[in-house]
Amino acid sequence: MSRATSSLSRSIAAHAILILYTVIALFPVIVIIINSFKERRAIFRTPLALPDSETFSLIGYRTVLDQGNFLLYFQNSLIVTVVSLALVLIFGAMAAFALAEYRFRGNTLMGLYLALGIMIPIRLGTVAILELMVASGLVNTRTALILVYTAQGLPLAVFILAEFMRQVSDDLKNAGRMDGLSEYRIFFRLVLPLVRPAMATVAVFTMIPIWNDLWFPLILAPAEQTKTVTLGAQIFLGQFVTNWNAVLSALSLAIIPVLVLYLIFSRQLIRGITAGAVK
Amino acid sequence: MGSLKLENIRKSFGKVEVLKGIDLEVEDGEFVIFVGPSGCGKSTLLRVIAGLEDATEGQVLIDGVEVSAVPPAKRGIAMVFQSYALYPHLNVRDNMGLGLKQAGSPRAEIRQRVDTASKMLGLDDYLTRRPAELSGGQRQRVAIGRAIVRNPKLFLFDEPLSNLDAALRVNTRLEIAKLHRDLKATMIYVTHDQVEAMTLADRIVILNQGRVEQIGSPMELYNHPGNLFVAGFIGSPRMNFIEAGRLGESGKGTIGIRPEHITIDPSSGEWQGKVLHVEHLGADTILYLESEKAGLLTVRLFGEHKFAPDDILHATPRREHMFRFDEAGKART
Ligand SMILES: Nc1ncnc2c1ncn2[C@@H]1O[C@H](COP(=O)(O)OP(=O)(O)OP(=O)(O)O)[C@@H](O)[C@H]1O
Ligand SMILES: [Mg+2]
Repeated sequence: MSRATSSLSRSIAAHAILILYTVIALFPVIVIIINSFKERRAIFRTPLALPDSETFSLIGYRTVLDQGNFLLYFQNSLIVTVVSLALVLIFGAMAAFALAEYRFRGNTLMGLYLALGIMIPIRLGTVAILELMVASGLVNTRTALILVYTAQGLPLAVFILAEFMRQVSDDLKNAGRMDGLSEYRIFFRLVLPLVRPAMATVAVFTMIPIWNDLWFPLILAPAEQTKTVTLGAQIFLGQFVTNWNAVLSALSLAIIPVLVLYLIFSRQLIRGITAGAVK
Repeated sequence: MGSLKLENIRKSFGKVEVLKGIDLEVEDGEFVIFVGPSGCGKSTLLRVIAGLEDATEGQVLIDGVEVSAVPPAKRGIAMVFQSYALYPHLNVRDNMGLGLKQAGSPRAEIRQRVDTASKMLGLDDYLTRRPAELSGGQRQRVAIGRAIVRNPKLFLFDEPLSNLDAALRVNTRLEIAKLHRDLKATMIYVTHDQVEAMTLADRIVILNQGRVEQIGSPMELYNHPGNLFVAGFIGSPRMNFIEAGRLGESGKGTIGIRPEHITIDPSSGEWQGKVLHVEHLGADTILYLESEKAGLLTVRLFGEHKFAPDDILHATPRREHMFRFDEAGKART
């Protein structure tokens, strides 16, 4: 590195800013996790203190695990998120490939149409969606949620992936065609690996809102069998009494799966965000 | 086996017509080079021949068979791309062998053909490397190897050397010339580079704005350019063009004289002029001369000459090397 960019004071300043930002971003999460291990009185008296031998308590976790079917809720959330994510990625990538690679009448129009969903929130159509689900008998099924989330995630996925796929060299695809690869092989073996960072970016941006969503589970699948974690945690939030131990524990637990998924994608994500900036 | 015939090939992208009726016959074993300014449709024509684009109109015949319904991989063609286009996830051996594998050749045969090709190109030591671990020149050789392995009737090269540095370009050019002699295959080659075109080609096809301007051997084009465009395109530095009227010749039109066909004398000659700039290239000296009678002239002298800007010199064209073009730019015979 050159002298000019490695001076000590500058690097201290840069790190200070980054550390400050990290603290601000992580603070609420840490408060939630700390307090989930404390008993109720301690949560309110000393919300910032670490649990000690006196205040330490697993009561929240015990409530969560005893009451309701939290394992089932987790399972529902995971199934819905993972399946929707997979569908968004596969269909999004395929649509993006078609838009980026083939010239056909109405290509641009189709692209705009598919991107429209980015600007119009899907919740505006809640009533129609509910009617549709009732009519097709899908209320209180995970399928209903998966369908809605797939529709919700596709526009952005198509938009981002098409842009990245346009940048994959034509020569490479043509070389594949000369060697007799089918369009499917070209898509799966040549193009997809090259847009992996973009796929990871899309995956993260798709996954988080699905996992956190309260709206559609509440409306489309509020039954005990199909509840998601976010919805399940609501039972502890009463109008008059709130079981804070349980709420905090449930939230802490809910962080784990997204964290795992995020860690899987994050290496690729960073590459996706900085792609083009380097090199 | 490997003749090619193009009949009235047209190609439009939307409303823009890129190829405007191309007719061409290439014989078996010929080395034909397409040259032309950027954007004139060379790559598009190559892609049409390969089957990567469908022609809007016209026919492509390979060995006398119309191939519009034949997919690229089944046309017996191999193509080398400007950007190498190696598969990033495969090592050199698999890159070269993929086409054969797709065609269902037996493993032993693939192995043997890849080995032969890699020996030919000096790639033996790199067979297990990925493209990312190779230098530019090595990648280009792998791309050529991938073409050779398939043992095609027809090779298509789209500016294969333009990403290489000057020294490597000369080496690879020699290799391609040798390859053509050894394989005796038909080759079609696109380039911007005059020297490549003149040194490699049996015949050169000059394209301009989607049309063929002239087809001929390098020396035919140099000695008998059919029109102003070809005269200006072949030869470096460019031919000098002078309005016929300025030289007192009868009729309108243009006179062309190549820089190497002008002699210079300090004391006497036909056109007096002042030196604007001198380029010393060692073997050659290029003079830019502002003359009263003929306008700005480029003159190429052999060897070293100690001229400096503002010197007054006299230029004399060698009459037997003058070209005459009519008003429309066609060569007068
Ligand atoms: N897919 C396409 N869609 C629309 N226009 C295209 C397409 N491909 C090429 N063109 C146009 O066709 C013309 C010829 O392009 P082509 O790539 O054949 O030029 P070229 O002679 O190979 O140029 P260069 O020497 O710069 O490679 C250009 O004007 C280009 O804009
Ligand atoms: Mg080109």
